[in-house]
Amino acid sequence: MPIGLAHYLTVAAILFTLGIFGIFLNRKNVIIIMMSIELMLLAVNINFVAFSVVLNDLVGQVFAMFVLTVAAAEAAIGLAILVVYFRNRGTIQVEDIRMMRG
Amino acid sequence: MILQAVMFYLFAVVAVASGVMVVAARNPVHSVLFLILAFFNSAGLFVLMGAEFLAMILVIVYVGAVAVLFLFVVMMLDIDFAELRSGFMRYLPVGAVVGFILLAELVLVFGSWVIAPGVAGLKGAPLPANAAALTNTRALGDLLYTRYIFAFQAAGVILLVAMIGAIVLTLRSRVGVRHQSISAQLARTRAEAVEIVKVPIGGGAGN
Repeated sequence: MPIGLAHYLTVAAILFTLGIFGIFLNRKNVIIIMMSIELMLLAVNINFVAFSVVLNDLVGQVFAMFVLTVAAAEAAIGLAILVVYFRNRGTIQVEDIRMMRG
Repeated sequence: MILQAVMFYLFAVVAVASGVMVVAARNPVHSVLFLILAFFNSAGLFVLMGAEFLAMILVIVYVGAVAVLFLFVVMMLDIDFAELRSGFMRYLPVGAVVGFILLAELVLVFGSWVIAPGVAGLKGAPLPANAAALTNTRALGDLLYTRYIFAFQAAGVILLVAMIGAIVLTLRSRVGVRHQSISAQLARTRAEAVEIVKVPIGGGAGN
């Protein structure tokens, strides 16, 4: 069976599900949650590129590059917020983050 | 063809296995390292698909910047990770249920999915006729710097805002550190800096 679109979509689906699973599993650790988000964005990128190649349309790859840009920005801001939070509270427990709750 | 299949399965299996290890590893440093492995193997998948430029961008941006950033933060913060792991087994069932439901839905979607008949007319940027002579990077650049130039500039602005935001968030002005204050130095006048005391003979400077 030659390697086709379905194979790449399957890999991307498994990676995306792993990302969701990781968020549920490591509910207390923000760093692992952010890594899971990166994993999900990677799966989305694999989907974009696979469709782009199969349909012979480069827009998918252009969009995948913008997804990469936003993912990098998100990681930088998220980690900065994490560092500031750790400085103020001395912990990164997600369950403790309820200062803005009414 | 056989080689392509072998490489695909190699990259796919390693990527998925390292994805599992990212969420399951006991030590977050190992998680980051497995994340790097997953990115590398996804870059291999991109190369197999023929998107070489994105594969290299993935290695440079993700492995070179984002994953190293994660590594810095994990190692910089002094966190009791054993305590963060405590609810792991408690969250396993609900996570497994949600994950299986999502995976089943995705499998159902992929199983019954077909390309729409009119999709050929909807192509945003079909490859030009001389596509074989064009490298992936060249074709992507031709598109990115012409039709998507504004989106490209907006992406640059997003990165700039993210950079400034990260610096502003983490910059702190510590008290008790003696910095040179050039404006204060330059703003001093002779009147407030020098005091002339008439000292009576034999009286000393104290009175």
